[in-house]
Formats: sequence, structure tokens, C-alpha cells
Amino acid sequence: MTGLDFDVAHLLAGMLVLISFLELYQDRLYALLNVFALHALVLALSVAWQAFIQDAPHLYVTAALALVFKAVIIPVALHRIIVRLGIHREIENVVGVGPAMLTGMALVALSMVVMLRVTQEADPLAREDLAFALSVILLGLLMMVTRRNAVSQVVGFMSLENGLVLAATGAKGMPLVVEISVAFSILIAFIVIGIFLFRIRERFDTVDLQALDRFRGERR
Amino acid sequence: MAVIADFAVQGIEMLLVLLLAPLLTGFVRKVKARLLRRQGPPVIQPYRDLIRLMRKEVVLAESASWLFRVVPYLIFAATWVAASLVPTFRTGLLFSWSADLIAIIALLGSARFFLALAGMDVGTSFGGIGSSREVMIASLAEPAMMMIVFTLALIAGSTQLSTMAEFMASPAVGLRVSLALALLALIMVAIAENGRIPIDNPATHLELTMVHEAMVLEYSGRHLALIELSASLKLVLYVSLIACLFMPWGLKPADAGMPDLAFGVAAYIGKLALGAFLLAVFESSIAKMRVFRVPEFLGAALMLGLLATLLRFVSRSF
Amino acid sequence: MTLWITLSCTAILLLVAVFAVAAGREAAATYVVYGLCALAALTSLLATLQHLLGLAPPAIVTLPLGIPWLGAHFRLDALSAFFLAVVDLGAVTASIFAMGYGRHEEAPLRVLPFFPAFLVGMSLVVLADDAFTFLLSWEFMSLTSWALVMSHHRLQENIRAGYIYLVMASFGTLMLLLAFGLLAGPEGHYTFAQIRAAHPTAGLAALVLILALTGAGSKAGLVPLHVWLPLAHPAAPSHVSALMSGVMTKIAVYGFVRIVFDLAGEPAWWWSMVVLAVGGFTAVMGVLYALMQHDLKRLLAYHTVENIGIIFIGLGLALAFKTYGMATASALALTAGLLHVFNHSVFKSLLFFGAGAVLTATGERDMEHLGGLIHRMPQTAFVFLVGCAAISALPPLNGFVSEWLTFQAILLSPQLPAWGLKLLVPTVGALLALSAALAAACFVKAFGVTFLGRARTSAVQCATEIDRFSLAAMYFFAALCLVAGVLPGLFIDALAPISDALVGASMPSQIGTQWLSIVPIMASRSSYDGLLVFLFMVLSGTFSAFAIHRLASDRLRRAPAWDCGYPDASPATQYTAGSFAQPIRRVFGTVVFRAREHVDMPAPGSMQPARLVVDLRDLIWDALYVPIALAVGYAADRLNRLQFLTIRQFLSLVFAALVILLLVLAIWP
Repeated sequence: MTGLDFDVAHLLAGMLVLISFLELYQDRLYALLNVFALHALVLALSVAWQAFIQDAPHLYVTAALALVFKAVIIPVALHRIIVRLGIHREIENVVGVGPAMLTGMALVALSMVVMLRVTQEADPLAREDLAFALSVILLGLLMMVTRRNAVSQVVGFMSLENGLVLAATGAKGMPLVVEISVAFSILIAFIVIGIFLFRIRERFDTVDLQALDRFRGERR
Repeated sequence: MAVIADFAVQGIEMLLVLLLAPLLTGFVRKVKARLLRRQGPPVIQPYRDLIRLMRKEVVLAESASWLFRVVPYLIFAATWVAASLVPTFRTGLLFSWSADLIAIIALLGSARFFLALAGMDVGTSFGGIGSSREVMIASLAEPAMMMIVFTLALIAGSTQLSTMAEFMASPAVGLRVSLALALLALIMVAIAENGRIPIDNPATHLELTMVHEAMVLEYSGRHLALIELSASLKLVLYVSLIACLFMPWGLKPADAGMPDLAFGVAAYIGKLALGAFLLAVFESSIAKMRVFRVPEFLGAALMLGLLATLLRFVSRSF
Repeated sequence: MTLWITLSCTAILLLVAVFAVAAGREAAATYVVYGLCALAALTSLLATLQHLLGLAPPAIVTLPLGIPWLGAHFRLDALSAFFLAVVDLGAVTASIFAMGYGRHEEAPLRVLPFFPAFLVGMSLVVLADDAFTFLLSWEFMSLTSWALVMSHHRLQENIRAGYIYLVMASFGTLMLLLAFGLLAGPEGHYTFAQIRAAHPTAGLAALVLILALTGAGSKAGLVPLHVWLPLAHPAAPSHVSALMSGVMTKIAVYGFVRIVFDLAGEPAWWWSMVVLAVGGFTAVMGVLYALMQHDLKRLLAYHTVENIGIIFIGLGLALAFKTYGMATASALALTAGLLHVFNHSVFKSLLFFGAGAVLTATGERDMEHLGGLIHRMPQTAFVFLVGCAAISALPPLNGFVSEWLTFQAILLSPQLPAWGLKLLVPTVGALLALSAALAAACFVKAFGVTFLGRARTSAVQCATEIDRFSLAAMYFFAALCLVAGVLPGLFIDALAPISDALVGASMPSQIGTQWLSIVPIMASRSSYDGLLVFLFMVLSGTFSAFAIHRLASDRLRRAPAWDCGYPDASPATQYTAGSFAQPIRRVFGTVVFRAREHVDMPAPGSMQPARLVVDLRDLIWDALYVPIALAVGYAADRLNRLQFLTIRQFLSLVFAALVILLLVLAIWP
């Protein structure tokens, strides 16, 4: 593997982390969806690059799946859901953008150190890719934690899954079956969440998850 | 003899930067106007403005002190010295070792410090608004810039701008994640430092959201000319900085011959034009931010810079 | 020889203190006392400089004072010579300043005797070479400075300041007492030479580090032990504030360096992390606190906290490099920290002098009542501006050099092998950059609101320039800011013996470099030349001024301010200190201080003005000190019952205690 292959793979993975930060930074739903589409696009590029340098044609399928489902279908569908439901377009954060980004920084640092320390003997590319993937996963989780709106939680979940895909493709020799099953499970999860969104909305007249907490009788 | 030639080239470089600065500003304005389907003022309009301002008498507010009259010269001196320390068309400037990138940033910080003081000198409410917002922006932009400097210095193994530019031009660099993060953060900081949209609007003169213009509201005549010239110089400085670090192609070593240097100058002017064009397109396509969205924007730049630095600390291959 | 000279200077200062008690009421006493102080400190400074220039070897003297079998040991080596020079330099200038400033003192007897005694205390701490003398001098320094803080004791806030200072100073001394107790070991090796020879175990050394950090840190003002500092420093007369902020905090730094780098043995891997984290936190918190202040002297005092943080960042880096055997990098970081010690003592004293001048001229410390002083006090304004620029780390002044060196040290640290440091150092670097930028904002505010704009009160309009002694002292320090900024190589070379002694290496000599530039590691890596930058700025500034005035126009006309066509005659419409800080308060204060703003709108028909109220909470005070105070109060209430016992009951308590102690002794294995 030459230095350039190495660097491009790194760069794409790093961009994925960067876009995760961008998602954290957004305060409009539509902009968030656009950024998420970009996230998926970069993921597709990254996977395709892995397919190219690992000579693994089945990864191209994964890339295509990511491109079609995550970069096109899901954002468009979410977009339509927002229009249909008339969801308030500003995202309500539990914590401000600044603290959320700071926490994100800490998480990235943590995942770097954990990954690089744990996998001392592994192939350097895989190590650093894994570190990035873990960061993407943690950032997705962080986004789900810090957002009140159900749609942005969905986006957080999806970008978390992107991190999983990145981790999986970075490691050589993952069978295609796993990829496809993961992709389908995500799709199903999306459908289920979408249906839930409609049901929540019908029942409570909002998709703000605080409303649900109120009905469970939990104190905020 | 060689020393005299070196001095001459250094002098030419300083003059080139100074002479190009208003042209760049005029070019940005022209492109913006054309993008909005307006004719726009001619590209050389800033020169005419400067000459006219220089010739006019200064109208000084009654409550202005000596500091108010000294500050334009101070700002101009600091900005010009800083701008002439950035490699433009060749590396290995004669005095490049007298101040590294950290010192260049600090020189710009000095200019800003005194400009903010001048904003408060007359004792008007607009001046205070401008100064207080400017220091708020600076309090985030400067650390962000510092983090960018850290990243670049860790990659190049030096804070010396000439050495850094030479390293960036060599094939040893490769594509680096930290480099990409630093570039993005640098662009964000450059936009904020130069008071461009979406942070500040350089074309406004009566608006509650103005920052830079609010500080210089009381200036007139030659003082205003110097401040405008310093602002243009700062724009050139940042474009040259981005160009010499991230687009080092065409940058000639110190001992290059005449034809090479001519090519270097042409490449440099091309890079400036490209930067100005991209800036104009960006400015035309985006709306100004609320003032209290600015800290988030710059905070993001700071985070990116810190992330890039962290990556460099953790592993050398990032 | 030099040590004898410095010791006799301290003895003379003690005599001056006695003299001041006797003659303090005389009108001329101010001149005589401060003049003698200046002379004694100057003599001591000249003697010390020989050590700094490497002309005299370390000297040791033992005097038959103190504990009979121990005696009082004194030693003048490179480290103590440097700090003694800082003390003496501050003392000379403060004395000269006070020859003018001190005449306005209402109760000179409350200041004159304690001032020389305070100088004695600080000098002896630095010279002490055994634990007993060190602690005794330390406590003497604390008590005399406490007396000076209490010199205006009728003000309610000064009483509170003095009380808190006394409590915190006792706490600090207790911590140092325990640290030295551990270092001395069961055999009671009290001299530093014996302590150095004994190697404490790792656990013991760790305890010593923590105790030294809290003990010296509470004196230096490390967050969260800083609470007394912004109360006590402003309460003292301004020349004493300058000494307390500029010099006494440095004595605390000396204590820390002496214990941790010299006495406590090899550092463990986590020591530097603790020091770095505390330093970074202190730097940012200090400047944020300072930004929220509108009392000029308190702002300066909080800013001392920030600079102490910067110094500890340098020391922490030095410790980190020392731990992993990177001697040259360690020397760079240590030099950066120590150079900042010197620089800060210069510009912080200068700024406190300026604040004192403003206080004398207007009777005001509150910036909201000042403004426009540059017209009334142009010279004070000029030197204060130099101080502001220097402390904001603007080139080509001296504050920039030490921060630049610290940044260079940070850039060397990716080679450190420890993972924790890999994460911590860049973060600390970001905190350092943030605090530097915020410091500039803070001093734009301090200078802009105090000296610029229009006068806010009539007190300002009648202000006059301060006397010549005070101006001379301020000009001297302002000049020193510039000299240390453009010729930093001289100062760096003077610090070389210290880093040689403490970390086993020193920075390359800066004397022979091209154009007097400074080169920390090698020229291709980084260099900075304050002299050239200064010359370039002067040349291009005068060139442009000359060209424009000759070729274009030099006409000038005065007119009312333009202000976008809304001229307003009232100076009350200017930006105040509070409004200037508002954007930064919004950005940082909402989290750090729980800052909340609300408008008190009067009822319709009421003639009251509407007011914007800002609530700031000091979370450190609330979280750390309030519970302690409550606990102490509770315990005191409980123990109060002991006061009402009869004599028989008291005696039985004492008897029981004695019997229990004897029992313990009897059954101790």
C-alpha cells in the first residue's frame, strides 16, 4: 500500500469526523439533513476507496448502498416527513452548541487514545481508521443525547451507523452478507422510526421528545 | 553586492504587497458587483479613494487624544511589517528569521489592540460597540489561529514561515487529515479577521451590526486612508498566507534566477486573483450572521484547530 | 561576600523598620524611610547581579540564630539570586514610587514600619537554606503583608480581605510546614543540603508535591486557592499592591520551584500533568474573572492569577520534559516560565503604580467613574499603555517573548511518550492561547474605559498629573518592558545557570546570534528578533507619517464627534466597563459564572430609571468555600459548649487527654 492510498483513506475518514462535527453545529433541520447527506456521500466515497485499494469488489456494493439509501433516499424521505408533519424547523438543543462541540472534542481525543493504545500491533491504517470510526460513532451518540427533536435523533442514529460501516470496511475481509444485512436492518429501523414519528405526532401533536417524557410522568 | 541585491528584492517585495493591496480589494468588489449583475466601480477605485483621502484635511473629534492620531500609523506599520514577512513569490526572505508565524499573528494582534483602543478614544457609543465586539471576535479567532499554527508547525517541524512554505512545496507533505482541518479553520479565521461576510460587512456604514466600520467611524482624511490601506494589506496577508502554505506551487527558492522570479510573480498574482474570486463568490452566496452566532462559528474554527493539533500530537501519520 | 552584602542589606532594612516606628510621625519620614529602602535594595540588587552574570560562585553562610543546634543557614545560588533580583528590582522601584505616592498616606505609621519589614521577609525566604528559616521568613512575609493590607482598616471590605488573607496564608504555611516535615524525615534533616542528599520514597515525594502545590499555590494564587488574592492585593496601598502582585506571588513560585525541582527528587509521571492542568485552568479562569471586574486594582489582581497560570504552564512543561529526560526542552520551558516571572513582575508593578496614580489623582478605583484621563494625565496614560501592551503579549514588548518561548516549548512536546500528556499539552496550549487573547481584550477594556473617552465624573475633570518620583518609577519600568522585549537574549542568558542547576541543561547562548535575535533550539526551527521588529515598525511608521505629511496633506481641524450623526453630549452614553465586557460575558460567562441578565423595568408612571441587572456567581466560592465555612461554623457551634465548663471539668478534660496519651505510648508496639 503506497503512502498516497494511505493518506486518501485517512483524509476521507477524517472528513467523516469533521462532518459529524458539522452535524453537531447545525441548528436548522433542513441544513442538518443536507449535512447528513454529505456524511453519507463521504462514507460512500470512503468505502469505494477501500474497495479500490483492498481490491474487494463487494465493497463497491456497500458504497452504492450507502450512496443510494443514505445519501439520497433517507434524507429525501426525512425532508418530506418534516414537510408533512410541519415540524418546527429549528433544532432544540439540550446543551448549547459550544459545550456540545467541546464534549465532542473530548470524545474524539478519548477514542484516539483508546484505539491507538489498544491496537498497538495492528496495521497502522486500520488502527487510525478504527479510531476515526469510533469517533464518528461516539459523536452520533452524542448527537442523539443532546437533541430533543426526534428527527435529529434519527440523523444521529444514522451517522452512528455510518461509523459502524466505516469501521467494518476498514478491517479487511468482511463478507458482503454482513454489509447487506446491516444496510437492511438500518432501513428497517428507519421505517420503524418513521412510522413511530407519525404515531407520536398523531398522539401527542409534537415530535418533541420532552412531550413523551411528560406522558411517562418523568421529571425533566 | 549580494546583500544589496537581497535588500532590493526584499524592498520590491514590500512595495509589491503594498501596491497590490488596494487592487485586490477593488477586484473583490468588482467581482461581487458583477455577480449581482451590477456594473460596479472600476478595479482601481480603491487607489483613487486612497489618494483623495490622503489629500483631504483631517476632521478630528474634539474629545480625541494623541493616541487617536498615532494609532493609524501604528496599525499601518504593524500590518505592513507583518505582511512583508509572509513569502509571496519566493521563500527565504532576507528578514524572515526576525519573526516567525506566531510573531506575525501577534503583530496583527497589536494592530487590533490599538484599533480597538482608538474606537474607544472619542467616547461615542458606536466606537464602544465596535471595540467590544472586535475584542470578542479576536478572543476566539486568535486562539483558533494559534491552533492552526501549532498544527502546521508540527507538520513542518518549524514555525518559520519560509521553512514551512518550503516544506509544504516538497513531496514529503502528502495528504493529511490535520492539514485539511487546519485549512478549513484557517479559512474561517481569515474571514473573521478580515471582517468579511458572514461575520461583518465591509460595505456597511450605518448598521447596528457593524464591527470594523464602527471602530473607525470617527476617522477621516489621511488617517482613514491608512486604516483602509491596512485593512487591504491584511486581506493580502491572509490570502498570501493561505497561498504559500496550501498552494505553494510556483513559489521560488531564494536563489532563483530572473525568469523564474518573473514566473513566481505571475503565479502569485494568479493565486491572489483566485483567492479574491472565491471570496467574492462566497460572500455573495451567504447571508450575514447574527452577532451572537459569531462565537459559535469561531468556536468551531477553534475546535477544528484543536482537533488537528490533537491528531498531530497523537500520531505522526495524521 | 555578596551574600554578606545582601544579608546586611536586610539587616539595614530591619533597622529602617525600627526607625520608622520611632519617627513615623515626622513629615520627612516618608522620604527618609523609602529613600533608605531604595538604597538598601539597590545595593542588594547590585550584589545579586554578580551572581546572575556568573561572576560569583554560590555562597553559604550560617548564622547562630534561630534553633540553637540548627542555626540559620543562608545560601545564594543562581535560582535564589534571580528571585532576589526580582525582589530587589521591585523594591527599589516601589520605594521610589512611594517617595511621591506615600505622601498622600493618611496614617503613615500603619505603612512605613511594615514596608521595610515586608521586604526583609521576602528577601530572607529566597536566601533561606534550611526549612526552619524558610518557614519563619515565609510567615514573617505573610504577616507583614497582612499588616499592610490592613493599613486602611476602617473600610468594611478591607476587614473581610484581611480576614480571608490571614486564613489562607495560615493554610498555605501549614501545607508548606507539612511538606518540609515530610522532606526532613524522622531524623529531622532541616537544612536543604541534607534534604537534597536524602531521597524520599515515591509516595512521600507525591505527598510533598501536592503539599507544595497547595501551599505555594495558595500564596501564588492558583485557582481555586486564589480567593484571597483579588481581595487583599487591591486593599493595600498601591506600591504595596505592586509588590504583592508583582513580587510576593513570585516568591511563592520560588518556593514551588525550590521544593519540586530541587529538593523533592525525581518527578513521577503524573506530576507534570497536575501542574499543567492547574496552570491552564488558572490562566483562563484568572483572565475571565478579570474581565468581569470594574474595579481597576481588582482587575489587575485577578490578572495576576492569569499570569501565575502561565508561569505554572511553563514550569509544568519543564517538569514533563524533565521526567522523560529531555533536558534541552526542559531548559526551554523552565526559561520561559522564569522569564515570565521577571516580565510579569515588571509590568504588573508598572500597572499597579499606574492604578495608584489614578487613585491619587481622582480618588476612584471604579472604572465606571473614570474616563478621559489621557487628557488630564498624559504621561501616566502613556506608561500605563506600555504596561497594558506588554501584559497583552504584544510584540515587540517583553510579555510576548515569554509567551512565545512557552509556545515553542509546547511545540516540542509531541515527543513526550506519555499518552495523558499527548492529550493534555495541546489542550493547555489552546487554553494558553485563549487566555492570551482574552488578556488583550481585558486590557483594551482597562485602558479604554479608564483613560480614553470622555470624563464620566467631575473628579476626573479636576485630576492632575502625578508627581515626579512616581513618574520616574513608572518610566523606568516602561523602559524595562521595551528593553526586555527587544533584547531578550541578555535575560535568557542570565537564566542559563538556573536551568543548568535544576534540569541539567540550558538554552543555547543567545549572545552571538545574528542581529541579537533569540533562537530557542535552532535557527531553521524558530527564531524571533524583537529588535528588528521594533526597528521595522518604527521605520515604516515614521516613513509613512513623513511621506504623507510631506506629499499629501498635514491639515487638521477639530470638530464635534460624528458618531453616525447621533451626537450626544452626555458622557454617560459611552461604553462602560460592564457593557464593554458584555459580548465576552455572553460567550463565556453564561457557563463559567452562570451570568444572567435581566431588566428591572419600573412600573408605569414611576419616575425610576429602568436598570439592567447582571447576576454573576462565583461557582468556585460557592462550591468550595461556602461548604467549608458552613462546616467550620457548625463545628464551632458544637464546640461552643466547652466554653461553659467549670474549672473542674476543664481539668478533668486535660487529665483524660494526658492519661490517654500515656496509654497510647504504653501500648505502642
